[in-house]
Amino acid sequence: MNEVVDVRLKVFGRKDLLGLQDLHPDEIRLILDTARSFREISERPIKKVPTLRGKTLVNLFYEPSTRTRTSFEIAAKRLSADIININVPQSSIVKGEGLKDTVKTIEAMEASIVVIRHGQAGVPHILAHMVKSSIINAGDGAHEHPTQGLIDMFTILEKKGSLEGLRIVIVGDILHSRVARSNIFGLTKMGAKVCVCGPPTLIPPKVEQLKVEVYYKLEEAIKDADVIMLLRMQLERQCPNLFPTLLEYTKLYGLNKERLRVASQDVLVMHPGPINRGIEITPDVADSHYSVICDQVRNGIAVRMTVLYLLSGNRGRL
Amino acid sequence: MKLLIKGGRVIDPESRLDKVADLLIENGKIKDIIKPDTRNPIPETRIIDGKGKIVTPGLIDMHVHLREPGREDEETIKSGTRAAAKGGFTTICCMPNTSPCMDNHVVVEFVKSRVEKEGVINVIPIGGISKGLDGKELAEIGELVKAGVRAISDDGNPLMDAGMMRRALEYVKGFGIPLISHCEDINLSKDGVMNEGYMSTVLGMRGIPSASEEVMVAREIILAQLTQSQVHIAHVSTKGSVALIRDAKKKGIPITCETCPHYFVLTDEACKDFNTNTKVNPPLRTSEDVQAIKEGLKDGTIDVISTDHAPHADFEKELEYDKAPFGIVGLETALPLIFTELVGKSVLSLSDALSKVTINPALILGIKKGRIKKGFPADITIIDPDLEEVVDVNRFLSKSRNSPFDGWKVKGIPVMTIVKGRIVMEDGKVL
Repeated sequence: MNEVVDVRLKVFGRKDLLGLQDLHPDEIRLILDTARSFREISERPIKKVPTLRGKTLVNLFYEPSTRTRTSFEIAAKRLSADIININVPQSSIVKGEGLKDTVKTIEAMEASIVVIRHGQAGVPHILAHMVKSSIINAGDGAHEHPTQGLIDMFTILEKKGSLEGLRIVIVGDILHSRVARSNIFGLTKMGAKVCVCGPPTLIPPKVEQLKVEVYYKLEEAIKDADVIMLLRMQLERQCPNLFPTLLEYTKLYGLNKERLRVASQDVLVMHPGPINRGIEITPDVADSHYSVICDQVRNGIAVRMTVLYLLSGNRGRL
Repeated sequence: MKLLIKGGRVIDPESRLDKVADLLIENGKIKDIIKPDTRNPIPETRIIDGKGKIVTPGLIDMHVHLREPGREDEETIKSGTRAAAKGGFTTICCMPNTSPCMDNHVVVEFVKSRVEKEGVINVIPIGGISKGLDGKELAEIGELVKAGVRAISDDGNPLMDAGMMRRALEYVKGFGIPLISHCEDINLSKDGVMNEGYMSTVLGMRGIPSASEEVMVAREIILAQLTQSQVHIAHVSTKGSVALIRDAKKKGIPITCETCPHYFVLTDEACKDFNTNTKVNPPLRTSEDVQAIKEGLKDGTIDVISTDHAPHADFEKELEYDKAPFGIVGLETALPLIFTELVGKSVLSLSDALSKVTINPALILGIKKGRIKKGFPADITIIDPDLEEVVDVNRFLSKSRNSPFDGWKVKGIPVMTIVKGRIVMEDGKVL
């Protein structure tokens, strides 16, 4: 399953970044380590380095996205790559058109790296087998969103110094969340204790086999938590009758100051964005000193620069 | 033309015959089963060397989609029957979900005429239960039976209305043919694409719970008991279904069932590379289910192995997993998989394994086939139990390539198919 990994990893030996499930802990460590250097670059007055000069990056987005796309765009620009954004409008994806034509398009563009977001699980994996370009999965259905997982891990690491033994609680629609899956895969590999919490209808079957604890009551889940990750309630994805109303959801699972008291004193509150204020999180918590939501966005650029850098065959440390 | 198959291991699962013998075929019928080399040369007889081979009643596949009329780009009666002949089948039943569908005798007559012209083996049409296979109004089942159907089914379109199913079961009883039920509660399966469980959670794909099959199996058992009409459950895939059917049979409820090779060979682990040739309905289940299916085959709970041969065009399967259609082809891999996975791994004896593709389907359909017996039609399959092959979808005679078994090494290959005394396949070549 795992590719052969150099123990003192200096080089990221893969062509693609498709998910955290098949990464070795050493590979994750390499990425997180390298990201620290890129975090420094982001603090310089001139934030641009010539590393990817002459390379082309294509942002191929089959689902609307502002944050992830922009974050990759800034990351690529700071590495001096040329960027093309392709937003495939949902309406033009008809039966019989799609995957095969996507492959042809990518090959014709001779892109070095393709960042792809697609509404359906597995599309980046299928493409990765078929094209020479490096593929970065920027979210495939409810499957994985590896860069977001790495960003969250990097942010926790930055604040807590280590992931080992931390109690990390992911709250909300776990069933439909690729962010939750990538975090579960990544965090458990790095030795964190991961818990998931939400209404039973939004907890995926047999998830406990991924070494996570399942809670249906928020208060129990976040007791002594070191990190609470809230997921956006994705209204557009909900099937009917998974929960009755957003109002009831908020009453049961919305994070507010009162509930936060049972968590650890220095708990981190995270959210991959965009936030539904007043639904999964109250504004006072979102803006409190517990919240590292803006750090996540900032670190997003550094982590994505790292991934682009490593996939281009560069060495670990700058 | 007379044929003499000399020195083969002749197996007739019904009579438990299993011995080396010569088989004489004359005028399309089985003329005699004789001790080897006891008869003087018969003039004008082709001698077939059966040494080291297995001579069995011609294989019967109760569950095939031939796609004609409608999707002749995926399969035709010609290509489908040729693929079947290559796979060792002498009789197949074709499902009614064509376009237009076989819910009336006119389409049945059309299919029969095409079989007459271009088919190389026997084809028994299965008629629709309801008009348009939409579960609302009964099809003219009497007319369908008169035209030659030997079972009815709305396969692919689960009949959700229990009241309608009850009436269909009662009505069909008068014709002495079974109703084949595709058990799936569509409110439970919804837009699922693979088995619901650990793998669907890891892959982030929508799941189809075992319950969607089992709820309907339970309903059919209860309705079979109520109506005392014969129900045959198509493509059983779960542990729970096997248990329900086992209990029902103990109670004497008139129920039979089938499974398909992919349900005793593959698990949902096969979906992990997003290969759309693993997308099938019901979905590939867990290793626990595979184990239960094998036990069901062993103890006789599962009567029949069918293929649910479901050809799909490349351009349809080359889509995202979510969008690709359900279904895999099976005619050209079924027998080797039965040999390799069931007989080879001592799950079933040779005779028991063959009974699931010969006498059992024949009895369920009420047809005079599936036996090696004097006077019976000479539908015979000869199998080389030691011949090994690597499955190569590009060599399929089927028009479609959607098999998850491409590249698999298998053993036990049909080397001759004889239909009504005529050789239609020899050494993999269909004549």
